[in-house]
Amino acid sequence: MGETPHRSAHAGTGGHAVTQGHERSAGASARVAEAPVSTRTPHDDDHGLGGGGGLPRARAFGAERAFRGVTLAAGVTVLVVIAAIAVFLVAKAVPALRANSANFWTFEGWFPNDDPPTFGIGALAFGTLLTALLALLVAVPVALGIALYLSHYAPRRLGTALGFVIDLLAAVPSVVFGLWGRDYLVGPVADLSAWLNQYFGWIPIFGDGPYGNSILLGSLVLAIMVLPIITSLSREVFLQTPTANEEAAIALGATRWEMLRTAVLPYGRPGIIAAVMLGLGRALGETIALALTLGSTYAISFNILANGGNSIAANIANRFAEANETGRGALIASGLVLFAITLVVNITARAIIYRRREFTESAA
Amino acid sequence: MAKRIDATDVTAYYGGFKAIENINLTVEPKTVTALIGPSGCGKSTFLRSINRMHEVLPGARVEGSLTIDGQDVYDRDVDVTAVRRMIGMVFQRPNPFPTMSIFENVVAGLRLNGVRKKSILDEAAEKALRAANLWDEVKDRLGKPGAGLSGGQQQRLCIARTIAVEPQVVLMDEPCSALDPISTLAIEDLMFQLKDKFTIIIVTHNMQQAARVSDRTAFFSIEKTGDPGRLIEYDNTQKIFSNPSQKKTEDYITGRFG
Repeated sequence: MGETPHRSAHAGTGGHAVTQGHERSAGASARVAEAPVSTRTPHDDDHGLGGGGGLPRARAFGAERAFRGVTLAAGVTVLVVIAAIAVFLVAKAVPALRANSANFWTFEGWFPNDDPPTFGIGALAFGTLLTALLALLVAVPVALGIALYLSHYAPRRLGTALGFVIDLLAAVPSVVFGLWGRDYLVGPVADLSAWLNQYFGWIPIFGDGPYGNSILLGSLVLAIMVLPIITSLSREVFLQTPTANEEAAIALGATRWEMLRTAVLPYGRPGIIAAVMLGLGRALGETIALALTLGSTYAISFNILANGGNSIAANIANRFAEANETGRGALIASGLVLFAITLVVNITARAIIYRRREFTESAA
Repeated sequence: MAKRIDATDVTAYYGGFKAIENINLTVEPKTVTALIGPSGCGKSTFLRSINRMHEVLPGARVEGSLTIDGQDVYDRDVDVTAVRRMIGMVFQRPNPFPTMSIFENVVAGLRLNGVRKKSILDEAAEKALRAANLWDEVKDRLGKPGAGLSGGQQQRLCIARTIAVEPQVVLMDEPCSALDPISTLAIEDLMFQLKDKFTIIIVTHNMQQAARVSDRTAFFSIEKTGDPGRLIEYDNTQKIFSNPSQKKTEDYITGRFG
């Protein structure tokens, strides 16, 4: 159906003579041709339903084609938008990078408004990755725990209600999380930092203070923000485990936890990876919450307790207002790096899912 | 390796709905017992109450007494997972674990029991696959996904997985209903061999199958929709299919009802 590209616009009228060669007036001629249709008896109609006569001719411009066109356009739009963003970033970034008199990759500082301008992405990229990874480290186990509880332990009504609350958490604007982190959570985290430093200070990441707007604070706020995405996605995945597989495990004498480990978690693995990657995507791109909770320094330090830390997106938010032409270019260049990091993360996630496809595709 | 099952006044509920009522039945070791009857008569429910799979569903419960060699399956002190390890189950649709290889599927039950040693697992896998008449077909591709096999092979894989943990009793819930005739025949042949070692109870909608494979047959029925299922007649298979003592059984066997 719909595979006759050589036919022209008036196919719908059943192919009796209509004006040929006036492409512009195709619509009008079709209307003219339709007039006599209503006066004819069904017998004469060469595309009557199941009647005598020849087979009806395929429609060249039906809803089928129109819909295919619409979906194609939607697909192309994504590519166009991505390409446009990339072109914009590169075009704005290159002049600033040319003007930079320090090494863009290794210099620890951000003075693009100076003359000569000096700025480096190293500390920002490091802070972005470190906060995101720490956030996932905290959020993923908790999120999977919640998801398993909601899908396999909680009574159905409680599970639905709690799932709703979790989704609500995802709807809280990030600036609210940021303010909450800066004004409230900072106290308890400082106490926690002091405690960690006292007892685990021999681990380099738990270094000396001053405690306050630290990587730890930013990561914890970030963890709470990515929690709902990972939870609700993995809950959906866990709920989709075929009952037959769960029963197979139970009938083999598995306890509830063993059943989850044998049937549910392996089945949900690609979904869990996808959920974690979405969470990572959000963590990497999070702007305002980190701008409010990190210390905005430009040094690479593994001490997650002390004041400090920064991320690419937070730096853009903090420095955009004061930036001159070169400053904006420098910030856009940093955005380009973030873009590249996100791309690599997504490709890696795809690759992980693809590697196991032999086992996941036959899962249907 | 095979045990006797005694059911006394077994009644099972789904929430407020009574699915079966006062089932009394004794299954001898090393026999094949077929449960037949019209849809909804509770034969699967009875089967699932033997290994306590019935209670997995929310709100489902069982009353009465069910013993295996005199030991009450529903005793408060009995570990339910131990019951299920002793009484294996094969389901209506083949359900190998989709993320596991053929080998992993077979040894899944052993792994759950804490067996870690590769040599023991290898040996058990081969033994179970041979017993399930599947070894020759899969021995060269044990690392491939179990879900990649044909339906009949998958079902034999599930049987291998069930018998790998060396249960006393094997329950089969319409094991051939999703299979073609040749695979069905392979599974029926398998049942003949397995009954040397196991007590087998099979639910089937196929009366020829019941007549072919079983030593004893239990006929379940219901008065009307919504009534609990009851055991109408339980006797030697030959007797049930040639000269049943109940009119209802005869009507069902001859196709006049159900």
